[in-house]
Amino acid sequence: MQKEKVITAKDLTKRFGDFTAVDKITFDVEKGEIFGFLGANGAGKTTAMRMLCGLLLPTSGQATVAGFDIYKQNEQIKQNIGYMSQKFSLYEDLTITENIRFYAGIYGLSDDRIKEKTGLLMKQLHLEGQEKTLVRALPLGWKQKLAFSIAIVHDPAIVFLDEPTGGVDPVTRREFWGLIYEASARGITIFVTTHYMDEAEYCNRVSVMVDGRIDALDSPANLMRDYSADSMDEVFLHLARKAVRTGD
Amino acid sequence: MQPVIVENIVQNYRIKKAVVEALKGVSFAVERGEIFGLIGPDGAGKTSLFRILTTVLLAESGTASVDGFDVVKDYKQIRHRIGYMPGKFSLYQDLSVQENLEFFATIFNTSIEENYDLIKEIYQQIEPFKTRRAGQLSGGMKQKLALCCALIHKPSVLFLDEPTTGVDAVSRKEFWEMLHRLKLEGITILVSTAYMDEAGLCDRVALIQKGEILSVNTPKGIISGFKKPLWAVKANEMFKLMNAIKEDPSVESCYPFGQFHHVVFKTPENSREKLEKTAKEGNFTGVEISPIEPNIEDCFMALMNH
Repeated sequence: MQKEKVITAKDLTKRFGDFTAVDKITFDVEKGEIFGFLGANGAGKTTAMRMLCGLLLPTSGQATVAGFDIYKQNEQIKQNIGYMSQKFSLYEDLTITENIRFYAGIYGLSDDRIKEKTGLLMKQLHLEGQEKTLVRALPLGWKQKLAFSIAIVHDPAIVFLDEPTGGVDPVTRREFWGLIYEASARGITIFVTTHYMDEAEYCNRVSVMVDGRIDALDSPANLMRDYSADSMDEVFLHLARKAVRTGD
Repeated sequence: MQPVIVENIVQNYRIKKAVVEALKGVSFAVERGEIFGLIGPDGAGKTSLFRILTTVLLAESGTASVDGFDVVKDYKQIRHRIGYMPGKFSLYQDLSVQENLEFFATIFNTSIEENYDLIKEIYQQIEPFKTRRAGQLSGGMKQKLALCCALIHKPSVLFLDEPTTGVDAVSRKEFWEMLHRLKLEGITILVSTAYMDEAGLCDRVALIQKGEILSVNTPKGIISGFKKPLWAVKANEMFKLMNAIKEDPSVESCYPFGQFHHVVFKTPENSREKLEKTAKEGNFTGVEISPIEPNIEDCFMALMNH
């Protein structure tokens, strides 16, 4: 049986004037998969991600996310995805539970469900007794873990993570990946960008974008074999060095 | 005289009633002409330390000097002699590339021509865009311009606060190549980063966490300080494998590292046999077990847990 596809993209393209930011990318992501979306700065990752999140209309090509068409059903897409980045995550001036309540409310969860989810999250993250702590007072690592849990508070089909672990200490970074694995085991698809190449090796499959195209897409083990490399870092350097355009 | 000396620096921040201890008595010294890395995650105190050394923040207690000048008494002399690239882009966004560079040259009573040799290689990469406003540049070009502006007066010590954060692997590699060329010009470089793999590119590093220095040494010295045997283990189901390994009470730590888990036991005896047993009992397939050399990140995590 074929696995359920959570993202399908065919010849997806975005042009800004005469600049082709994303150039006919074609790929599928399966349910529960951890999919790494790599590329140098300026390769077109952000533009591609914004299209998949329903925030930017493509110039041409097709794509569906969580079964919804990115041209016509972008509102449904927004309701069925989670998003987290290092830059945009939580409200620092709200308490932990206020943040949970706020995001769960935005996604339309009922009061009962919000209450239940809040209890569950506090327990999962070992934050019991800290309900009234302001998010600002939390160490960065905790903020990131909380932000991830809140990004999936509405049990989305897929969560987009844009460099979620930047600047976090190595132990916390690994705890964060523990949360990612758990979410994936629950059937939530993970779509993640990162500059840490060892993290790319935690993904089931990774794609590498170069100059707007997807130049490689496979499991980390296969890519390392194909490029005779010992690490994803080598694979990445090999591919990204071919780039004609820079992040400029 | 060592170009940077830090002695028992303490810095606290007060947010309403809470006190955040940013630096809890930090001491180290940087040798002339070396690339010294301050390696640690966000919130470790790296930026506070840089701000104290570049004389834009007064420490609560402790002393520090740059090129023999005291950071409090002699701040003016220090400002003439150092180059500082803050973590946040701090050039004038609505001046052009060339105008920014001219501005900083003028402030330091010099000209672009006078020290052009020093910045030439870096500046040539952004010269085609010299009339573009700095605010309109990409991240990589902003970084290069900021480095040029920090170098234009030929500083004796260069302070770079997280210059490679958010920068992709290719640009990071290029940036470090630039630093090694600057080192050959005799400039002492103090650079901070949250990327542990960059430690190996420094002559010496200080590992810093929560306002405390965990260790100061050469990258090799740090690695040789990791005394226990380290094992790399992989199997087809990595997440399950990690949980199974952690259930063994004789395991001290098990952390994922790319395609392998790195495992340390409390005592070294029969480590391989123990791992083989765990793999067999869990019916894991595709199992590989081998002893390996630790890297800086292994060392950092081991030091963090002590």
